[in-house]
Amino acid sequence: MAADGNGPRWLKALLASPTTLVGGVLLAVIALACFLMPWLGHMDAYATNTSAMLAAPGASGHLMGTDNVGRDLFARVLLGGKASLTVGFSAALIAGIVGLVVGLYSAYYPRLGYMLMRICDGLMAFPAILFGIVFVGSFGQTTRSVVLALSIVFIPMVARVVRSATLANMNENYVQVLVNLGAGGNRILWRNIALNVIGEWIVEVTFVFADAILVEAAMSFIGAGIPQPHPSWGNMLYDSRTYIYSAWWLTVFPGVALALTVFVINMFGDGLREVLDPKKRR
Amino acid sequence: MLRYLGKRLLSAIPVLIVVGVVAFLLSHMSGGDPARVIAGNDATDAQVEAIRQQMGLNQSVPEQLWSWFMNLLHGDLGYSYVLGEGVTPTILSHVFPTLSVAVLGELISLIVAIPLGVLASDKHGRAADRAVLAFATLTTSLPSFLAGLLLMIVFVLNMKLLPASGFVYPSDDIGGYFSHLILPALSVATLQIAIIIRMTRSSMIDSLGSDYIRTAEAKGLTRARQLWVHAFKNSSISILTIVGQSFGELIAGAIVVETVFNVPGIGQLVSNSILRRDYQMVQGILIFVALVFIVVNLITDVLYAVIDPRIRERSF
Repeated sequence: MAADGNGPRWLKALLASPTTLVGGVLLAVIALACFLMPWLGHMDAYATNTSAMLAAPGASGHLMGTDNVGRDLFARVLLGGKASLTVGFSAALIAGIVGLVVGLYSAYYPRLGYMLMRICDGLMAFPAILFGIVFVGSFGQTTRSVVLALSIVFIPMVARVVRSATLANMNENYVQVLVNLGAGGNRILWRNIALNVIGEWIVEVTFVFADAILVEAAMSFIGAGIPQPHPSWGNMLYDSRTYIYSAWWLTVFPGVALALTVFVINMFGDGLREVLDPKKRR
Repeated sequence: MLRYLGKRLLSAIPVLIVVGVVAFLLSHMSGGDPARVIAGNDATDAQVEAIRQQMGLNQSVPEQLWSWFMNLLHGDLGYSYVLGEGVTPTILSHVFPTLSVAVLGELISLIVAIPLGVLASDKHGRAADRAVLAFATLTTSLPSFLAGLLLMIVFVLNMKLLPASGFVYPSDDIGGYFSHLILPALSVATLQIAIIIRMTRSSMIDSLGSDYIRTAEAKGLTRARQLWVHAFKNSSISILTIVGQSFGELIAGAIVVETVFNVPGIGQLVSNSILRRDYQMVQGILIFVALVFIVVNLITDVLYAVIDPRIRERSF
């Protein structure tokens, strides 16, 4: 591994790319706020208060106002963010790892690859949101089945990217040299090719992270995502519809938090693509 | 051409089989007894047994899969025990509003995205390009239902310009049809715009770098002619492909957006079915949309084989 020599250069490229840096820092800020602030500030996202229902932002110490049963909206937005980020990240991680394995092997073993890719084609015919809704309908509306459904939906996307990157590598001389030297498939895939496709993999997983958050929000919005009373940005928006005429803040704050987070992750991914793959920079 | 058509049709078969098997597994692998779930909590054992008979749950799993698949090939997506109606006719009666939203959304996306994509490729690497790309990232990050809610707050609640919700059939009032459709269509266009901008831009950059554009420039053609006539013609195939590939997600977007604007389409059917715990219906819709997706992709593939003879030849 020549990573020692590449390390500082890689880091330099990262620091030279403002998109990646800003995206990464903002993502870290959002994540820290969602995970630490409710805990540090002793915020209660579940405490109802009948004397302060639908309070406007800023009123009686509620930064973002309160919802229809007087729960503090700021605390719920942060907690909802924690749920969205956790679900999105878990799904991206599972889909990323399975997709990496599927993509690598299906490129290296064409026959197996043909079968695996047809399965991927079939899975990709299902729109993510509908697949998620049906999956949750069959296996129960729990956070775990939401994560599992999202992972299944995104495996084919990662697998395709890894497969085409691997196929491109298979045409390189070094793979032929390794085969002639007698290296086995597993060794070549994991010790050599994997290191060359990992950049594209990281970029794809970042985009899957963003997409998974969006799909989870859409599922919750239609009533089949993270179960109540746990807040998620999607189910908060679902609840907000009833009060859209009287309490705009119930829509705007979770909505802006959702769009901003996904935007920041996409920005980070776009930046990473430039850093990790200068050939594609254009 | 006929051989290409035959080959392309054959390649859809494995995809169809996978779609069928996955959908079957989803409906039959769930933890509990499906017959009891359908019958509800108050059902007697005899009622549960009757449903089990009716659904063929007494047969072995491969037998069930086979008969289920045969029904599917006959266009039978199942039976909704909650509504007491077949799934297929119920879905078909909800298709028109959803399709209206999706098609108008697609049109809006194309009208907005193609000029922006071409502009970005023309100004490649400069400020205008960066601005277009940033706009694309922004619209990718804005889920359609959120766009719908925000549009509703601005145009309906604050400006009182457009009707808030509902749907009017064009046979009743063509003006009302469009005024009810415009906000849902704009909402589903958000993601589509980003996808089409990116595809237009990158394929235009490829086209602009090729020899025939250099020739066109040497001949003294105007930049507009180079862009729109010569380069764009070549890029239109990639744009057509991406439109086909993203059609499934467009329908899914329309389904979610419908619930915002109370459009009585498939989306409303989905959310009502979730509330009614009518999973037969939701599964039927899932397969239906997947089939539509497969057919749309078949059509686009065949279409661009018609447009571009190179594709026909390359596949042999």
